Amino acid sequence: MATNNYYNAEDLAKFGNISDFQKEMGDKFFAWYGEVFKESALSAREKSLIALAVAHAVQCPYCIDAYSSDAFEKGWSEAQMMEAVHVSAAIRGGASLVHGVQMMNKVKKIAM
Amino acid sequence: MKSLKALAHFLADSDHQLEVLQNDPERFPPFAQKLKEIGLMPLKPTGIEIFQVNMGKMCNQVCTHCHVDAGPDRKEIMTRATMQECLDVIRANPSLKTVDLTGGAPEMNPEFRWFVTELKRLNRHVIVRCNLTIILANKKYHDLPQFYKDNNIEVVSSLPFYTQDRTDRQRGNGVFEDSIKALQMLNDVGYGKPGTGLILNLVYNPAGAFLPPSQVSLEKEYKSELMKHYQIEFNSLFAITNIPISRYLDYLLVSGNYEEYMSKLINAFNPVAALNVMCRNTLSIGWDGYLYDCDFNQMLDLKIACAGKQHISQFDLQAFENRNIIVKQHCYGCTAGSGSSCGGAVAE
Repeated sequence: MATNNYYNAEDLAKFGNISDFQKEMGDKFFAWYGEVFKESALSAREKSLIALAVAHAVQCPYCIDAYSSDAFEKGWSEAQMMEAVHVSAAIRGGASLVHGVQMMNKVKKIAM
Repeated sequence: MKSLKALAHFLADSDHQLEVLQNDPERFPPFAQKLKEIGLMPLKPTGIEIFQVNMGKMCNQVCTHCHVDAGPDRKEIMTRATMQECLDVIRANPSLKTVDLTGGAPEMNPEFRWFVTELKRLNRHVIVRCNLTIILANKKYHDLPQFYKDNNIEVVSSLPFYTQDRTDRQRGNGVFEDSIKALQMLNDVGYGKPGTGLILNLVYNPAGAFLPPSQVSLEKEYKSELMKHYQIEFNSLFAITNIPISRYLDYLLVSGNYEEYMSKLINAFNPVAALNVMCRNTLSIGWDGYLYDCDFNQMLDLKIACAGKQHISQFDLQAFENRNIIVKQHCYGCTAGSGSSCGGAVAE
């Protein structure tokens, strides 16, 4: 990948460096992040699939890279992973469409 | 599909594999240097307890990840004379408590049953690495579960995943279905069932260029899925990392994953796993009687570092327990994350 881009694949491995500019907050974030992804009421495997879906919702290429690998490593199939992306897309699409009701309300109010 | 050797592939030559692995020492620091940083160089045995015998490279399967480059076209198998030398060594060395039989498919060696019977006479714990499909490959193998039971052998079987898709991609079409049938046959004679004492362990290894997930979590999923869909029971799951040699190295290079995979292994280097690597308590014996630190070093033709004592006929336990274990770049595979050995994770 060319280096003169806003997004560089190599930068994913440098995520931890964000603490260089603000150590206390960075350290707290990574401690919390680690805690979030531990086995708990949800399994680490389930959390990985959720993370993959959210990564697509927020369209973060680093997160998609990381959680495509992680979810596949944790045993989710290609079809399951694509369904998770569809869930993400459906919520994003639905979020736009449900605002159509707002549009309809407004139009109905002002129309004769 | 043919073996790399039958294809006259450049990676069939272990020297070429080592050349690929030793490229780019700046990007991929030497494994020996990593061990030195944690005070483990030279790497020494902790006491040899496991005598791992590779009974030959012949196999009924041609798996895409196979570090042995085994297959039906491989004819190298251990003779009864070499097995007798192994038996003599085991008899004379009571500290060799476990004999671990691997291959290829060890059962395809015509002397397999004789060797197992003789080993049991020496009262050793015997493990057979069974690929499962061999049980169904030919009528003459259908009674293997009963044979294992009669000799109280621990069976360790590869099942790369609990779904057909991933298993068949790695091991060939139809392997999953036959593996399930073979596991049910093993269950039928008592293997993996509580209270029988007949141990059936499964081996997971990633079907691709990635590391295994947590062994503990994966074991739970395997148990639940195999019970739910096929009523299969087993004892433990061993999660094993693919070592970047032979056919798996070829896969990494062809798929463009080699550099990323090596970086993953190196970044995941775990000093605790390094302390517990299997070469510290295992000795590996090749089909022709030569001795190695592990099955991977065997496939790279890296004989043990004991001049004049590299063959079973020259066995010297004391010298072997003081030897320096040979380490190369592929060793990163055993020290990544939770570590990896023939018994699964070593640091989880």
